Amino acid sequence: MEWFESFWAIHSNLILTLGTNALLALSIYLTLSCGLLALANGAFMGIGAYAASLLTLNYDMPFSLALLVGMAAPMLVAFVIGKPTLRLSGVYLAMATLGFGEVVRVILLNTESVTGGALGLNGIPQYTQWWHVALAVIIALYVLYRVKHSRIGRSFEAIKADETAASLMGVDIERTKMTAFVLGAMLAGLAGALNAHLTFFIGPSEYGFDRGVEILTMAVLGGTGSLAGPVVGSVILTLLPEVLRSFADFRLVVNGLILVVIVLFLPQGIWDPGLFRRWFGRSGKRV
Amino acid sequence: MLEQQLVNALSLGCVYALFALGFTLVFGVLGVINLSHGAVFMIGAYAALEIVTRLELPLWISVILAAGVAGLFGLAIDFLILKPLRKRNAPHLIPMIATIGAAIALNSGAQGVFGADNLRFPPALLPNEAIQFAGLHITVIELVIIFISFSLMAALMFMMKKTQTGRALRAIAESPKAAALLGINVEGLFLLTSFAAAALGGVAGVLIGLYSNAVFPLMGQPMLHKGIAVVILGGMGDIRGAMIGGLFLGFAEVLSVAYIGSTMRDAVAFGLLFLILLLRPQGLFGKVLERKA
Repeated sequence: MEWFESFWAIHSNLILTLGTNALLALSIYLTLSCGLLALANGAFMGIGAYAASLLTLNYDMPFSLALLVGMAAPMLVAFVIGKPTLRLSGVYLAMATLGFGEVVRVILLNTESVTGGALGLNGIPQYTQWWHVALAVIIALYVLYRVKHSRIGRSFEAIKADETAASLMGVDIERTKMTAFVLGAMLAGLAGALNAHLTFFIGPSEYGFDRGVEILTMAVLGGTGSLAGPVVGSVILTLLPEVLRSFADFRLVVNGLILVVIVLFLPQGIWDPGLFRRWFGRSGKRV
Repeated sequence: MLEQQLVNALSLGCVYALFALGFTLVFGVLGVINLSHGAVFMIGAYAALEIVTRLELPLWISVILAAGVAGLFGLAIDFLILKPLRKRNAPHLIPMIATIGAAIALNSGAQGVFGADNLRFPPALLPNEAIQFAGLHITVIELVIIFISFSLMAALMFMMKKTQTGRALRAIAESPKAAALLGINVEGLFLLTSFAAAALGGVAGVLIGLYSNAVFPLMGQPMLHKGIAVVILGGMGDIRGAMIGGLFLGFAEVLSVAYIGSTMRDAVAFGLLFLILLLRPQGLFGKVLERKA
């Protein structure tokens, strides 16, 4: 087991980041499955991370309670900003939520007495164990699987397919969208709280624009047609920069080009059951 | 003192407006959130720097050439990435993600080629002394920024309102399909829009590079964030809104630094943005678009 121990010592951070990134990708999958192009999940992650870390850091709260607050705080914020912004549709919503992400970053940056401003929060206790992350991912997958096949999951799909038709069928559009948005915020907040108690340090720049866009990229790259897609996408996007180390200075150039190529040639994402079927000639039933 | 701040605010706001114009043009006409606009802005700045230092051409020529270089990059991104996606009728977010890939590649490519350091324009490029005008100090670079920005904005406004091309572009913004049925060369105008938008971004890059005298690979990222703020403030896809929003952001930033404190620079601007999002998420001049069944 010595081999495993040294492997774990070097790579444990990366592996646990895979888990939190998978949670983030699933959080945006939830809103995308309802047809909402909301890109505020980076900000919700930040809100969760800060809320939970402030509690464990300043008030010695137990980790479980901090995690709960880390989920509840972004839900509350999502509820408040969801009211006006969810009226927007398509790219307009994407733009507005991107703007919201920047607002959160700037607020974190400017409330120095609470959040430490640009210096961030230092010395967050490292409570997150590997099984916390594993459990969170498994529970999230299980719950999302159940949601997908429930009444509410079907209304998500109805809204995504055609909002007007869905409302004529008696789906409460506003409420259903809000549910997806708030649940997505909760998952992102959980990922943020877990991640913060893993990395010892958090700062406002981690939760800005780039993070929001990265989360979306993970989900869309993997494919948003199924639950496996976002997980696959998050794994690939997290590992890609590590794998490309040999390109040194031009590592991110290759990273960016790979992204473009995947999007161009696999428009449904990497995890595309339809494509697998065509490739391997098995005639499964349409999902 | 106030008048002096207003001059600074005007020149900064002009650059924001110029940058946001390109961004909002692509958003309005192509319906794409073009996240490589910041990278194209950076390319413009590096192009001008290279032309000035290596070819030793005068500044005004290098601004034009830099706009051309940035425009070609925009054209290449459209031709190589956005066009194939349009053909395939890819959903909204796919082109946006493709432009992220392009931006990552361009930003880190610039870092690989030029290094991560701040590069500067040669000092003797523009006369440094301020011009005294009605008790105000206006530097030559500020005058250049204001002049170039307003002429480009006026030219774009004129083109959109009065020319056949502008009318065609507005038709495409309403519905590309209907425009194509009317015999408009939609594909050609998409390419033209991408070129023009990137050229505007490139000019903004040169101007900011001169104004703050710093050119570096990631200079486009903060600008992109501000561009998004401006476009939301002014109304998404609205050209007039981008100009007013840009100027507004410039004034909000400069005045909050002057009267509240330098740490509040972004806070005031983005606080306003937040209010707009809560009260009028469609922007000051935008309309809520209901999807047609």
